[in-house]
Amino acid sequence: MTLLNQFIQWLDNYWPHWASYLTAAIIGVLIVVIFVVLGIIVVIYLERRLLGRFQVRLGPNRVGPEGIFQPFADAVKVLTKEDIIPAAADHWVHWLAPVVSFIPVIMVFAVVPVASGAIFADLNVGVLYLAAVSSLSVLGLFMAGWGSNNKYSLIAALRSVSQMVGYELPIVFSLLAVVAAAGSMSLNRIVEVQAAVPMFLLQPLGFIVYFIASLAEINRSPFDLLEADSEIVAGVHTEYSGMKFAMFYLGEYGHAFGASCIIATLFLGGWQGPFLPGFLWFLIKALIVFFIMIWIRATMPRVRVDQLTAIGWKLLLPLAILNLLIVAMEQIFWPGVFPWVLVGINALAGLALVLLIGRTVTIRGGRVEV
Amino acid sequence: MSLRTQELLLNVGPQHPSTHGVARFRVWLDGEVVTNLELVVGYLHRGIEKLAETRTYTQVIPLTDRLDYLCSMSNNLAYCTAVEKLAGVKVPERAEYIRVIMAELQRIASHLMSVGFLLNELGAYYTPIIYCFRDREKIVDLFEMVSGQRMMYTYLRIGGVSQDLPEEFIPALKRLIVDLRKAIEEYEALLSGNEILIARMKGVGVLSPELAINSSASGPVLRASGIKWDIRRAEPYSIYDRFKFEIPTANNGDCYDRYWVRIEEMKQSLNIIEQALKDLPAGEICAKVPALIRPPRGEAYGHIEAPRGDLGFYIVSDGSIAPYRVHIKPPTLINLTTMKDLCVGWKLADFIVIFGSIDVVLGEMDR
Repeated sequence: MTLLNQFIQWLDNYWPHWASYLTAAIIGVLIVVIFVVLGIIVVIYLERRLLGRFQVRLGPNRVGPEGIFQPFADAVKVLTKEDIIPAAADHWVHWLAPVVSFIPVIMVFAVVPVASGAIFADLNVGVLYLAAVSSLSVLGLFMAGWGSNNKYSLIAALRSVSQMVGYELPIVFSLLAVVAAAGSMSLNRIVEVQAAVPMFLLQPLGFIVYFIASLAEINRSPFDLLEADSEIVAGVHTEYSGMKFAMFYLGEYGHAFGASCIIATLFLGGWQGPFLPGFLWFLIKALIVFFIMIWIRATMPRVRVDQLTAIGWKLLLPLAILNLLIVAMEQIFWPGVFPWVLVGINALAGLALVLLIGRTVTIRGGRVEV
Repeated sequence: MSLRTQELLLNVGPQHPSTHGVARFRVWLDGEVVTNLELVVGYLHRGIEKLAETRTYTQVIPLTDRLDYLCSMSNNLAYCTAVEKLAGVKVPERAEYIRVIMAELQRIASHLMSVGFLLNELGAYYTPIIYCFRDREKIVDLFEMVSGQRMMYTYLRIGGVSQDLPEEFIPALKRLIVDLRKAIEEYEALLSGNEILIARMKGVGVLSPELAINSSASGPVLRASGIKWDIRRAEPYSIYDRFKFEIPTANNGDCYDRYWVRIEEMKQSLNIIEQALKDLPAGEICAKVPALIRPPRGEAYGHIEAPRGDLGFYIVSDGSIAPYRVHIKPPTLINLTTMKDLCVGWKLADFIVIFGSIDVVLGEMDR
């Protein structure tokens, strides 16, 4: 029973059911949107300050104490900027692209439980919904690249598609292993079964595969090929300015925050944790994941486009399938075994597989004869 | 029905985040693969060679600062070497040692920038370059101490240097050497073994030794292809024959080797500075030359091993107070002539990395 359902039941005492359903839905959507926007503001601030720390500089610290109002100042600046549409752009596609890429980001949060019962829609196919919705925003990026009528944007758009084919399969296979272990596709249920042992200990291999593949999904370093500023200027954002650019920017950070939340939910035990309230545990876990993403961004160079595809197909996909195989066999043959035994076995198996496949597969790529 | 495909002509530059200024390439792409490439030069042409003809010999020194603005000291040294050859000026001992210290510090500063920008082009989000800037800053502080400038030093004069080292310079330099050794170790630990960096640079953009010689490439680009040619050794100028140092060479001629040679050269430069510091004599810092130098009629060619390669000045004198003709042989332009051979068949992203690994400064290329 989620909090929203309890709210609807309480409203039913006063109104017809459809009216209370509608009211609850609107209030729920508002809460989700506010949560997402606040989350984005927090992660943008964190990213800029922490990147500054990593790069032996200070980061923004002028607006407000420790610069906490910097995102708001940036928002005001971006809102007052001129909105430019290139003369030869495909007007409607160019206009629609930021919207198409931002909306799925908010939709992802509909199935994420931020605390016990605090979930907008406890879908029984939550994981399926997640896989479907989170890959939708690529469509917006492709539209932006195509509609801008700019060669750099076009290259970025084609990169986004080839990239997506590479990372989406490993993501789905590592999600399947989680579902197999939890026995349910509902994210609420997945969090509940992690009360004893969090999933990243049970399936270290699946966790690593999912983490790397989701870095590719949210276009973050070292897989930030879409906006590789040293190669293709700003990628799909090249021809965007003002509020439309801000939509992409917010969407990007929203996507990253969403991915952190999903990893915290699926692998780190979501809101489960001692002493502190569940909501805080959830936020702490999500921000730790995001911190690791910032750390990677500050440290790693970018891979090439063919290398990303090679990593996806040759490295991550076999590992994800083998992980699914191991987890499924354990579920069938030792259904009631003490979980810490599985933790040891899976850690060793994961290490062995990573070493084996990492040694045999080459991702370097070479020269093409022309 | 088959899809109609065609090559994409992409103008990289003159306004582009990784063209080191205003280089422009016309790149033909088949998907992501580079099929043809054309370098367009001249966006930063300021006519420095012509301007030099209207100035006295000493007044040309500030112009040379503005050629390769990341290694002004080396440019000054190359120009002064050529003029001293032409006018037959003997440089005092102390000035020679100071010049060597400055030139080698400048080499380290320049290579730091080169490594940092190369990593930026690999997509390491600004972290390596800010670390490199941090260490270059300390070198620039020393230059400021001796010359009062942070970028266009104009420190050398014909026959010596403009002013003696201040008292606090030598202790500061000793501290800097310790710091830099630590910093270079840090770069090696953080960068040289990075899996992605190796995947992006090993085997990419190979310059064969034959092509390197035939294109008269020089500097780290040449030495990365396995050819042990360094003007400091091959035709010692100044007092380089007194110092012990290695000439690092690599065998593959790929981007990684060009990066590696630069890291190793920084270590060797530190060795040279240490030796020069140990033997630094007291005495005059500038030869007795008239304020208006009138070299005899004739011509002279002076070249040095600048951070980017063989930097040469060809000067013709007609006996007046201004040079009749100054020609500059810029290493970056010559190193870039092989870009097409290096890049064809590689991806767009590799093209950027190859360009970065050659390490160009447009002020020198366009003059």
